[in-house]
Amino acid sequence: MTDIPTQPPTNADAQTPQQRERATTIYERSVEGRRAATLPPAGVPEAQLEDLIPAGLLRERPAELPEVSEPEIVRHYNRISRRNFDLDTGPYPLGSCTMKHNPRLNERVAALPGHARLHPAQAPRRAQGALELMWRLERALAEICGLPHVSLQPSAGSHGELAGLLLTRAYHADRGEERARVLTPDTSHGTNPATVTMAGYEVVKVATDERGGVEVDDLRDKLGDDIACLMLTNPNTLGVFDENIAEIARLVHEVGATLYYDGANLNAIMGHTRPGDMGFDIVHVNLHKSFSQPHGGGGPGAGPIAVSDRIEPYLPVPRLVRSEGANGTAPSFDLDHERPKSIGRLRGFQGNFGVFARSYAYIRSLGGDGLQEASETAVLNANYLLARLREGRAGRLLPLAFDRLPMHEFVLSGAPAKRELGVKTLDIAKRLLDYGFHPPTIYFPLLVDEALMIEPTETETRESLDDLADAFDSILGEAENDPQILLGAPYTTPVRRLDEAAASRRPVIRQSRG
Amino acid sequence: MLDAIGVDSLDELFAAIPPELRLGRPLDLPAGLSETECFDHLAALAARNADADSETCFIGAGMYDHYVPALVDAITQRSEFLTPYTPYQPEVSQGGLQVMFEFQTAISELTGLPVANASLYEGPSSVASAAYLALGAHKGRTRLVVSRGVHPHSRETLATYARGFGAEVVEVAQEDGVTDPAALADAVDERTAAVFVQNPGFLGGIEDLEALAAAAHEAGALAIAAVDPISLSVLRPPGECGVDIALGEGQPLGNRLDYGGPSFGFFAATEEHIRRMPGRIAGETTDADGRRGFVLALQTREQHIRREKATHNICTSQALNALAGVVYLSWLGKRGFTELGELLARRTAYARERLTAVEGVELLHDAPVFRELAIRLEAPVLEVIDRVAEEGIAAGYGVGREYPEHEDALLVAITERRSKEDIDRLADALGRAIAASGELLTDSDNKSTQPEVAR
Amino acid sequence: MAAEESYPEDLRYHAEHDWARVEGDQATFGITWYAQDALGEVVFYEPPELGSTVAKDQAYTEVESVKAVSDVYAPLSGEVTEVNGNLADKPETVNEDPYGQGWLVKVKLSDPSEADALLDAAAYRELLSG
Repeated sequence: MTDIPTQPPTNADAQTPQQRERATTIYERSVEGRRAATLPPAGVPEAQLEDLIPAGLLRERPAELPEVSEPEIVRHYNRISRRNFDLDTGPYPLGSCTMKHNPRLNERVAALPGHARLHPAQAPRRAQGALELMWRLERALAEICGLPHVSLQPSAGSHGELAGLLLTRAYHADRGEERARVLTPDTSHGTNPATVTMAGYEVVKVATDERGGVEVDDLRDKLGDDIACLMLTNPNTLGVFDENIAEIARLVHEVGATLYYDGANLNAIMGHTRPGDMGFDIVHVNLHKSFSQPHGGGGPGAGPIAVSDRIEPYLPVPRLVRSEGANGTAPSFDLDHERPKSIGRLRGFQGNFGVFARSYAYIRSLGGDGLQEASETAVLNANYLLARLREGRAGRLLPLAFDRLPMHEFVLSGAPAKRELGVKTLDIAKRLLDYGFHPPTIYFPLLVDEALMIEPTETETRESLDDLADAFDSILGEAENDPQILLGAPYTTPVRRLDEAAASRRPVIRQSRG
Repeated sequence: MLDAIGVDSLDELFAAIPPELRLGRPLDLPAGLSETECFDHLAALAARNADADSETCFIGAGMYDHYVPALVDAITQRSEFLTPYTPYQPEVSQGGLQVMFEFQTAISELTGLPVANASLYEGPSSVASAAYLALGAHKGRTRLVVSRGVHPHSRETLATYARGFGAEVVEVAQEDGVTDPAALADAVDERTAAVFVQNPGFLGGIEDLEALAAAAHEAGALAIAAVDPISLSVLRPPGECGVDIALGEGQPLGNRLDYGGPSFGFFAATEEHIRRMPGRIAGETTDADGRRGFVLALQTREQHIRREKATHNICTSQALNALAGVVYLSWLGKRGFTELGELLARRTAYARERLTAVEGVELLHDAPVFRELAIRLEAPVLEVIDRVAEEGIAAGYGVGREYPEHEDALLVAITERRSKEDIDRLADALGRAIAASGELLTDSDNKSTQPEVAR
Repeated sequence: MAAEESYPEDLRYHAEHDWARVEGDQATFGITWYAQDALGEVVFYEPPELGSTVAKDQAYTEVESVKAVSDVYAPLSGEVTEVNGNLADKPETVNEDPYGQGWLVKVKLSDPSEADALLDAAAYRELLSG
């Protein structure tokens, strides 16, 4: 263990400047009459609103929006922005979130007027650059996933999951079958079962075996012709690759069900293996995970899907089509709405194009080799971090939940730390905040007691990983001496532990009126 | 690093992947580009789009070329807003959580409903999300009644989701640009969970939300309105009209056109539905030392806790776009917002007169309008759009594919970026284009988005 | 402020961590100390309708904390005659006094003999330590 040059405070006696600042809302800064915007003059004949629109349909009182000047708006949002920890500032080893660096080139290309100022209902003939970008992104995702047919329409992973189950439903209906249930492992991300219900299916859980993969016997028992689909991710949320995947795919297809891949963990395998080759029928990809779209504090993202031949007819409309140019002219692109078996639309227009532009730029920047290397480095970094952690106190107090070689992420159990030191995973996470790191994902998957799910990604340097490992070790050392240090943490963040129960018991979810 | 791990090669780390599943070849993708090459490639693609800078944009149909002030970009490009994750550790996410709280407040103010969430994906899928809420609130009722004034994308999306919900969707036609409350009341019965209307309607007409909500409530159904957020500057808020859930497309609030996304959906409801709301909700609270702070509230609704019983499956939403929205509304401010609404109504009224004065143009309907109007052309709509485009103007949206009953109709949107002079230019260009076409409408012309005229 | 761990002798217990206080053909139900401890601070409880039926071993409602939702199981069958309205304002009473002020429902039993199948305090404690 290397010496940490400055140990973070173990109490909150010295308030930080941000702790002294009161969280004032923009509404509370309002002073009557202040404003930021000036609008152009109407330039058209005067008219009373009541002459244009019947008085009964009009607002009587204006909405109580802020009354502030531009400098005040800028100061307000700058100030509160500094009450956020962010990826550009420090590591974010959140398992399953793939918090990799967001290249700024992507922002620049997304902001090009040809992209940013293009109306979605512009005639396809006059949006050929946009349609070509989408087409090329589709082809790239098809190659990465190993499934030929792509729709970029879904707006997030959950949206892609819903698409996948609605595709499944359409597929079975087209065969005159009505299947009522969908299988998901007990380690699955919460969006999976939530989506199953939204798509009108019943959730059936599949057990995890002692190696962390799907319990194949349990799967066999539960598979039948009332099963519409099995939803998996591979590597799974424990970070382990399920070597039985080919057998699982065979069993699922044998009963005529579809096999769905949650792409959240794609960062482990790009260029090394492909869900299509593993036997998956439908894959969703999180562009805000493996493909560097910034998380924005909770979106936007995108969840494009790639599917096999047998699922293709049901893909959402509009479909992007490419036509060869006549006599050696450039190919042209169009949006096709005539797909009789399509499940229809999942949203307006074509999807989150701004996200497509960023992810496409990322893919072109890295190229095929670069993506393969990104996955390699992601897996290397995770294993290195695990090795460093094991050398220290974490080896004993935060053991690996399943003793298998992990890929790009791994899950530790804080049960020994809780038992021996009286500190929970939550407390360790809160103390990490004082050390300047965002904590890993905690209490997921549910299968693991006091879980910590750690995914460093490939854009963390070795030094950064060493620092994180050292921080964990130092924190566990603090816990050995005085658990109270962790129980009272964090001490240095803009606010300390918050009363979440009060917020849910008597919710205050908007500024109260005057 | 390999030594620390205890392996000899990187390949060993991939040992769990069975050999027959290893790709065994490079990905068939072009080699990586330097930043300068990558930029040039993307710029070349961008240059082949007729964006709103190269064609004066009168296209609306759900997304509008409003002016996005420079300070929105400055704020949304800050690392601290652009790059963090969802606020699962509230102590270091107070910026994002406070933004959500301020955004929720703004949406509540605009809609006149007390409970608002921190965003959904966009407009049409928010309509489907409202249906899910309504079906959950009225278990046993499986019918959804929708006005044809609701955006075609919203109706199509609702139909797609409804197949999963096991719900039946019934459409009610508009008459003269608005939904007839009596026709709506006829369509609603004790099997109806909710009624959906849009204000202003897709074809521009302003609806009487109060009458429509009453028709829904007569049969015990929820009244759900998809509303344009800018129109709420001058129109009576849905909450004051008896509407139970108001939602809509947030793009007009400080978000770019971006060829259709990302933007955000907003969603607000009466107090009664708070525990059925989809999406993230930020709530105010205090910390261990009594400081004011914000957290994700009512998380037991959400998928990460409630799983198969969650109110919705949404995880990532549109936080950064919602930030743009609340910054924009702060920039406009209480007075600016009202002034903008009045300006839009006046310019649209001017456009209505100016355009209908053109030979071969008449109104599709007489209903009052706010920022968009539907006109009928005596020439094939797509052909006219193409001709007008040659003069550097995007004339509007031909509704023929989605409204076969209005195949001669063009939807024209007027934002504060469209000056009187722009409107005059459009009028003149339309006149020339209609005259040049000089042929009667045929049935087949206006069905596809591919213009018929060769260039 | 949660209560100290206890399992009163005069109550009967269900394996899903619910208790019953039986008085003739009436009973009061609630959740045990173990259940409230596992849940954390209770933030929401929506009682079943008055007059509705509850069935032994079936979940009849839910209790929510900040980070979890727990089904509440009926130890015995019957008709709901009273619900604890105080929990709407102060749901945390369930943590503070799980066997007293934190009661959930009162039920008129349809079959009081069902109580024989329930565990006594000692048997429940043994279940917990197992």
